Amino acid sequence: MPTAPIVIRRRTGLAALQLSDIWHFRELLALFAWRDVLVRYKQTVIGILWALIRPLLTILVFTFVFGKLGGLPSEGVPYPLLTFAAVLPWQLFATALGDSSVSVVGNAHILSKVYFPRVLIPISAVIASLVDFAISLVIFLIALAVYGVPFSPRLLALPLYIALCITFGLGLGFWFSALFVRYRDVRHLVPFIVQLGIYISPVGFSSDIVPERWRTLYALNPLVAVIDGFRWCTLGQPALRLGEITGAVAVSVILLISGIYYFRQTERTFADLV
Amino acid sequence: MPTSSDAAVEVREISKQYRLGETVAYGALRDHITTSFRRMIGREAPRRSTTFWALRDVSFDVPRGSVFGIIGRNGAGKSTLLKVLSRITEPTSGEARLYGRVASLLEVGTGFHPELTGRENVFLNGSILGMSRREIRARFDEIVAFAEIEKFLDTPVKRYSSGMYVRLAFAVAAHVDPDILLVDEVLAVGDAAFQRKCLGKIESVSEEGRTVVLVSHNMNVVGQLCNNVAWLRSGELRAIGNPTKVITEYLAEGRESELEWRPNEHDPRRPLRFHSVSLVREDEIGGNAFAWNMPIHIVLDFSLENPMPPTHIALHLLMEDGQTLLNTVSSDNRPHLNHEITPGRHRYRCTIPGGLLRPGRYFLSMWEPAGNRHVHREGILSFTVTDEHNPGARHGQYGLITPILQWELD
Repeated sequence: MPTAPIVIRRRTGLAALQLSDIWHFRELLALFAWRDVLVRYKQTVIGILWALIRPLLTILVFTFVFGKLGGLPSEGVPYPLLTFAAVLPWQLFATALGDSSVSVVGNAHILSKVYFPRVLIPISAVIASLVDFAISLVIFLIALAVYGVPFSPRLLALPLYIALCITFGLGLGFWFSALFVRYRDVRHLVPFIVQLGIYISPVGFSSDIVPERWRTLYALNPLVAVIDGFRWCTLGQPALRLGEITGAVAVSVILLISGIYYFRQTERTFADLV
Repeated sequence: MPTSSDAAVEVREISKQYRLGETVAYGALRDHITTSFRRMIGREAPRRSTTFWALRDVSFDVPRGSVFGIIGRNGAGKSTLLKVLSRITEPTSGEARLYGRVASLLEVGTGFHPELTGRENVFLNGSILGMSRREIRARFDEIVAFAEIEKFLDTPVKRYSSGMYVRLAFAVAAHVDPDILLVDEVLAVGDAAFQRKCLGKIESVSEEGRTVVLVSHNMNVVGQLCNNVAWLRSGELRAIGNPTKVITEYLAEGRESELEWRPNEHDPRRPLRFHSVSLVREDEIGGNAFAWNMPIHIVLDFSLENPMPPTHIALHLLMEDGQTLLNTVSSDNRPHLNHEITPGRHRYRCTIPGGLLRPGRYFLSMWEPAGNRHVHREGILSFTVTDEHNPGARHGQYGLITPILQWELD
């Protein structure tokens, strides 16, 4: 026999991550992501420009509400840039979470007809969200140059914060996409989380205005570290507290691992339930 | 565990249990929490879950390079078995081994996205079916030529006619080169020419030494294509082996003296509600046998609640080995009429002329309209034609049918 047989039996015990399987199916993963990107802007008039308009409008509103009306401090940085540096990872997180949460149910017609590692579905949704992010990032870098903010070597740390953001989004995405198969409440829960999340994350304001006694609770949200990290890399804002970064990484990694575990445990009934 | 080295698929005591209603059991988290809570405080009896076995201890081998058919009535577990073998759903117990690359075709066009163009969908669908991008690129022109849609390659498939859509979908599927192909009723779609194309493809696949596992309702197809047939009944393997033998057993099962068929359930999505299909005799024999020289009437009693577009009911008369002897359609003798049926209760009577059928055993299947397709009701009736009571019977007749034709001497 040239290759090992495919063995089909009930899986017991802990589910493996299937990293080798993901590698084996990498082309399908890429195609799913590519499909999601293509479909997102099909039959829209301005197409990919939506990837720009959404963050720009958010920045405009937040600058006006928090900066002008609220008069919040901006640590010597133009308020639009302070918001932009936060909207960027926020939008990435929100899109990644939103799209991956509905991904399994949204692809039910495929799941019930063909086998492939189910984890590809939420992962591809997150990859697709990176495309929008990349476009906004370019605009952001241009905006930095326009405002005359110097590029510092700290920019090299940016991918780490992007990775942290993705880890958090994907971890929640695994949880919600698997929960969604059984509980349709997720459809209402996720937009709610996204809606509230923008106010408990430092998107429209700087972390410095958060009172010290709330600080630990506040920093349990990994997006605090992500957004502060973005501001540190690009705007030269004060460095992060080590404890907060460690906490953010820990929360995100725990969510990701437990999310994958829950996903893999429940995926065997996906086809019977969706 | 017995293994044979030349098996492409080994199935060992596969069982699959479903909780009743589980397929629609997604619910609100709230319900889940409240019932759990009520159960905890004893306000509600613990849920007695009703379960059923979609598959029970099914074991068989599929020899490499053969075409293996799976037959059985609706709900017998055929599709579940195919889903287990395709790794779409996990068995509850048991084990199966598949030696080689597997592709499953449980429908045509899995993963087609309406917004994407034909070209884009070829890549997407091909990947989903397990082809690499390199393979798809290499066979792209072949696929497009097979589907005959060159001009519409860059049109979103949502603008395709259903015929074009199915052709493209099948073209992709036909160019996947698996060692083991799992097929479910794909052949039921499309027109006759398209079905022939599919059959030809399956035949050529097996000639190339690949293995095909096929679920079908079409006894002709199963009888012609398959080297082995497995018959599932209520999730259990009832018989396995030579196609003719298994098909005969299957069609004959429980049909010793059934000259009348009454459906025990009605699917509200189907426009016609059947009350019965029965055989009415003109001879005096009685029992399950009909005299060879007397007409046999097939009476279809049904009602229609809402007006529906013109359609027809088809009947298949099958011989003992599962081959279709003839096919007749309710619109056969009035093609010029707009064959519309008004709401209300109706009866169709279809008459098989006396003398047509050779002595032997026959089965009747029906295709009833359901939306824009037809649903198969298999082996609803069976009967025997005999010449024992007719001294004038014509012994020694050859051929599948024995009509009395006109001979005139000028």
